[in-house]
Amino acid sequence: MAVTEVPAKPVGTARQGLGQTSRRDAWWVAPGVQATVFTICATYLFVSGILWTPIFGTAYEVDGYLSPLFSPLITPDWLPSWISPGLLILWIPLGFRATCFYYRKAYYRFYFADPPGCAVGEPKVHRWYRMETALPFILQNVHRYFLYLAFIPLFFLWVDAAIGLRDHEGHLRFGLGGALLFVNAALLTGYSLSCHSLRHLLGGRLDCFSCTARARARHTAWRAATWFNVKHMEWAWASLISVTATDLYIRLLALGVIGDPAIRL
Amino acid sequence: MPEAQLRVFRGSPGSSGRLVDYDVPVEEGMVVLDALHWVQAHLAPDLAVRWNCKAAKCGSCGAEVNGRPRLTCKTRLSDFAEGEPITVEPMRAFPLVKDLVVDVSWNYEVNRRIPPFQPPPDRPQETWRWQQEDIERVQEFRKCIECFLCQDVCHVLRNHETERPFMGPRFLVRAAGLEMHPMDTADRTSHLKDEGGIGFCNITKCCTEVCPEHIKITDNAIIPLKERVADRYYDPIQIAWRKLRGRGSETGPAADDGNAP
Amino acid sequence: MKETIERHPHDVLVVGAGGAGLRAAIEAADQGASVGLVCKSLLGKAHTVMAEGGVAAALAHVAPADSWQVHFRDTMVGGKLLNNPRMAELHAQEAPDRVRELERWGAVFDRTADGRILQRPFGGHSHPRLAHVGDRTGLEMIRTLQDRAVGAGIAVYMECTISHLLTQPDRVTGAFGYWRATGRPVVFPAKTIVLATGGVGRAYQVSSNSWEYSGDGHALACLAGAELLDMEFVQFHPTGMVWPPGVKGLLVTEAVRGEGGILRNKDGERFMWKYLPEDRRHEYAATDEEATTWVEAQSAARSTDARRPPELSTRDNVSRAIYTEVREGRGTEHGGVFLDISYLPAEHVRRKLPSMYEQFKELADVDITTGPMEVGPTTHYIMGGIRVDADTGATTRQGLFAAGEVAGGMHGANRLGGNSLSDLLVFGQRTGAGAAAAAAAAPELRHIDPIQVREAERDLSAPFDRPGRADPHRLHEELQSTMQSQVGIFRTEADLEEAIRRIGDLRSRWPDIGISGGRPYNPGWDLVFEVRNMLIVSEAIARSALQRRESRGAHSRLDYTEPDPAWARLNSVVRLADDGLEVTTASVPELPDELRPLIETE
Repeated sequence: MAVTEVPAKPVGTARQGLGQTSRRDAWWVAPGVQATVFTICATYLFVSGILWTPIFGTAYEVDGYLSPLFSPLITPDWLPSWISPGLLILWIPLGFRATCFYYRKAYYRFYFADPPGCAVGEPKVHRWYRMETALPFILQNVHRYFLYLAFIPLFFLWVDAAIGLRDHEGHLRFGLGGALLFVNAALLTGYSLSCHSLRHLLGGRLDCFSCTARARARHTAWRAATWFNVKHMEWAWASLISVTATDLYIRLLALGVIGDPAIRL
Repeated sequence: MPEAQLRVFRGSPGSSGRLVDYDVPVEEGMVVLDALHWVQAHLAPDLAVRWNCKAAKCGSCGAEVNGRPRLTCKTRLSDFAEGEPITVEPMRAFPLVKDLVVDVSWNYEVNRRIPPFQPPPDRPQETWRWQQEDIERVQEFRKCIECFLCQDVCHVLRNHETERPFMGPRFLVRAAGLEMHPMDTADRTSHLKDEGGIGFCNITKCCTEVCPEHIKITDNAIIPLKERVADRYYDPIQIAWRKLRGRGSETGPAADDGNAP
Repeated sequence: MKETIERHPHDVLVVGAGGAGLRAAIEAADQGASVGLVCKSLLGKAHTVMAEGGVAAALAHVAPADSWQVHFRDTMVGGKLLNNPRMAELHAQEAPDRVRELERWGAVFDRTADGRILQRPFGGHSHPRLAHVGDRTGLEMIRTLQDRAVGAGIAVYMECTISHLLTQPDRVTGAFGYWRATGRPVVFPAKTIVLATGGVGRAYQVSSNSWEYSGDGHALACLAGAELLDMEFVQFHPTGMVWPPGVKGLLVTEAVRGEGGILRNKDGERFMWKYLPEDRRHEYAATDEEATTWVEAQSAARSTDARRPPELSTRDNVSRAIYTEVREGRGTEHGGVFLDISYLPAEHVRRKLPSMYEQFKELADVDITTGPMEVGPTTHYIMGGIRVDADTGATTRQGLFAAGEVAGGMHGANRLGGNSLSDLLVFGQRTGAGAAAAAAAAPELRHIDPIQVREAERDLSAPFDRPGRADPHRLHEELQSTMQSQVGIFRTEADLEEAIRRIGDLRSRWPDIGISGGRPYNPGWDLVFEVRNMLIVSEAIARSALQRRESRGAHSRLDYTEPDPAWARLNSVVRLADDGLEVTTASVPELPDELRPLIETE
């Protein structure tokens, strides 16, 4: 059938300008809280992953616990001491989260005010809006590649959590730090398995779920991914906070500010 | 009898319009549309309101109640604090016809341009077989009652002038219902990317928030379509793989594994 | 100043864009006609979207014993044999094809375990027969047809009200109306016109119908000289919401009972056992246990020997039962009875009845998975309508056709649930073909009489010249109260005569109606012509009801409580005479010999 141009939408009567709205509820509370938590976590993770060790020399590994920001730990000889080994890893989760379908929603709203809230006006600067049809945001389409990559550090997080069951002398211990490593690995696994791209690749791209045996298997996988996906937002926040908390815990251990409560066998 | 204070937008194209206060006696279970009808029958017989079924099934009576896009037939007066004025304005993303009625004809133009359902050629007496699980996704999309609240709230349609048109969440939902239909053989991927402008959607989910049918528009329709567009246009490995196997754009039940392209 | 009126000539003009109108338009376009489709609302908002339970078609997917013959028999028996047998026959035969065709156009019906279209049981149907999509079948149907019509390139004129039909002595020549958005007049010259305007429910206070249901097609046809049939048969759906007041009359789908919903009075008594007609009792379960077995089998989509629960009696019967319970003091606080589905698993209820679940939760704060609903009868449908030819939908006026609820004859004295959607499809298709063929046979568009157009224009503008006079809302309210109290479920001669007198009084006040405000989108102005139409239709209902001195199907007389054999083979006929509406009778068309054995046992 001949493709015909879709006509432009005629202009309505919506109020334009940042924050212009008839809404009377506190629509700005949720994005405000999200922006605060997100900014604190992101800033902390940036500082800890890139700057903390090169500047202050604080350890990211203590008594068998490795901070998740540095897993898997790659420290080649040529790496100058002013570059954090975290830099070699962190671009993966950074890219994964930056292109994540949930975080996009969140930060488009609270950082870009695009829109600041539903039925709330936007800054006039958005007039040149091209969004994800053009650079840079068209690059969001590579999300699936960050997904593939994200499984690499995720695997090592579980390994690290298992390693964390033994202290530096090789004794078995069940410490709060180890628990944090496991919880963090679990939450990050949930976050990865709830990814929209994964759901698509596993089965969402099929039109018929019952047509072949393989499609039926993929339908089962799709349903599992859907189960995770429904709570993608929750996984995203929980895992962001758990990464932050786990790293902070290990840093504080390294600084001797706190001890690691543990049952040692 | 308690009264509700309704603040209703009155205006015509060309005039800026104004909010007019009406005091309406409240009965138990009354919805905003009932209050508007009371105003029509007693205070302002020419108040323009578009409505049909008053049962949240036809999607005609959408408006912005206290700034939030709602079906007025489903918005109960008891949801508001007593004495709180209830502002009712038309859907702002569309041109005004009169009072609470807006011109939504653009939506029908967009719809007309979506490549229609295309079944495989077969014998008409034959019974099509598919499983319930094959159509659950599609059935969710087909719950849409075309109230256009999602179009109204979508900031791309409401606040932006885009260089190319954007079909809006309603028609992404419709396209998803066709694309994921187990018997459909048409391919709408390029339509979605080019004429439909799916890239303009930045998945900020307001459409999902306002949907009276609780369709998960963003998660279940738009994002899966964006991923299908990515399969075709933005995934270098898949593009290379298709080139290698010499396959273009087959879709529907004929393709192996029921795969979308 | 004289401006020329906008004109849109077509071979076939379809008035009304519900299921029947859309199906007719699609068929006429497929036959090569130039088709215009006019509707009062936006496309896709027509009353068909409210249909919930399903479309009846003897596909025999769930019950292999089903066939068009059984469907035919059920329809005739449900209609108390007043149906036009040819219509019932065509309907039963062609419904399965029409349903399969919808699927070919993209409709997505629920499935059986082996992947075919699932069918659910409904009142009066011997077998599970209703193809459905949860409880939003009408929406599925109208969206499918709408998309098909748009794809076929049919010209759609939305939010346009037809107020007058234009005629020549020998035939209908076009339609006159106005754009609701601007109030500007418009003329549609057409070789043939299909009326598919639906029903008349808004003449009653408690109705499941939307504002559009003002009997426009019935009235236009009558004014243009066509005949109306069986207008006394108004269907009161047994289950409408009764509380809160704002939603009174809103439909509670029969699918609730189809899925196993139990009716109880305020004492907890399952009263439907008492009201089963003796000659039909053998078709229903004998005990609660048998009914439960049947429900469990239905939920699991397996077949069973158990018979259906008493709640699945025909609509006329269930309505009278509920009405009687309430009148005799066994009703609920809000004047209804309880309908309970909460004994089934909550998940099952939510999946099978999603919009009912939603409707009660949102509008009445009732969770139907944990507690009962309160329901009572609500005006739902009119079996009577424009008298048409079974095969082509042609009315008794040349060039004028009718399909769907506005047409009469198909359902006799009582319509079975699910038969309306199949009616829309079967006779929409047939009427579309009939109108296209008649248009093709007509050489050219006929001359539009300018005097008629001028008069119609004067009718339109007249109410604005009398502001402050009679208020259309008051007239409408008075009519509704008259129809509700005197032409309702139970009727008497005195009530009907009083109703006719009051309707006559309202008619004499109608020319005095005055309107304020301007022409664009003025609902008060819309109401002026709707009240005119409702007055005509209401009088037709009341006069037909007065004439039929018996109780049959949906028509119940307190002064003639039994069916009268003298009336068994008579349809009522209403036509416009010089001094108002004239009521007569006509013999029900004879049952062809080959169909006779199918209902001989009755």
